[in-house]
Amino acid sequence: MNSRQRLAIGIALTTVVGIEGRLTAGAPSRAEGLAAWQQVYAVLTHPRCVNCHTATGHPEQGDDRHPHLFNVVRGPRGRGVPAFTCAACHQRANADSAGVPGARGWQLAPLTMKWQDLNDHILPSSAVCHTITDRSKNHNLDGAGLLKHHEEEPLVLWAFQPGRSPDGSPRSTPPLTHDAFVAATRTWVDAGMPCPKP
Amino acid sequence: MPTYTLTVNGRQTEVRADPSTPLLWVLRDDLKMTGTKYGCGIAACGACTVLVGGVASRSCVLPISLLGERPVVTIEAMATDPVGRRVQDAWVSTDVVQCGYCQSGQIMTAVALLRAVPKPTDAQIEQSMGGNICRCGTYVRIRQAIRTAAQLG
Repeated sequence: MNSRQRLAIGIALTTVVGIEGRLTAGAPSRAEGLAAWQQVYAVLTHPRCVNCHTATGHPEQGDDRHPHLFNVVRGPRGRGVPAFTCAACHQRANADSAGVPGARGWQLAPLTMKWQDLNDHILPSSAVCHTITDRSKNHNLDGAGLLKHHEEEPLVLWAFQPGRSPDGSPRSTPPLTHDAFVAATRTWVDAGMPCPKP
Repeated sequence: MPTYTLTVNGRQTEVRADPSTPLLWVLRDDLKMTGTKYGCGIAACGACTVLVGGVASRSCVLPISLLGERPVVTIEAMATDPVGRRVQDAWVSTDVVQCGYCQSGQIMTAVALLRAVPKPTDAQIEQSMGGNICRCGTYVRIRQAIRTAAQLG
């Protein structure tokens, strides 16, 4: 094999590897999907998200995830009870002057979407993954639906711009930016929404 | 400061206020409607409860800039409201009030409850009234008065 032939083979191999790389970039591997899921999981289990994905009859508050003050209860539809609804305090936007968070449609996630157990311990990664990919529990959302939920749902968007606490300090935010969260969700969805083993 | 147009107890009015001003202070200071009380200022006690768009709301944490076009109904309108009248009559006949400071908020929440659930169970009463605090401890009489108002309906 002369040098010209070796060069031709090298170029061909490089082209094949390049195509393979592009294919890989278009369809993430299971390992890439699982890695992306762990990023998604880190956001979902941040207090800004998990405080309203409880397994109990009440929401939680704060980074210490204490039960919501003022005897607030879940109610039949996750919006409180008659005459004492979430909307009694939570408006369509943050009220930073009062320290009350707000976004359109403020409510608890349904109990089928609980990411905690009855002792307020956050469920492991595999359990949360199986829950949110179970269409009997997640309002029948497929991968595209879950991605759209993470991209557009006002309460999801709120978690990344949660406003200020009553003492004036900014609320903590999830470990990723919203853009990075959506990108991780997209990678996980494109990889076929793999879930880690229990 | 911007000007806001409010509908309070069916009457339209304009106020100039800082956007962060709580509705409570617009009612009390600008409109001189002092029936709605300041209790805690952090939505913890319910003394400032009014109806906003029909929803029992804590006026102490509702910035005027977030009110929008939702009508406001306060304790001052309850004497001429059918449910409000019934609740106030039951309050008097049950002799609910001790110091009275929290009672306008209690009554507004009770009215919202009876509009949503005309015949509430004791559990529904307790859950719905659970955010309204009474330091005199008149809870037993409040529950009885709501039962009475429900029976009169």
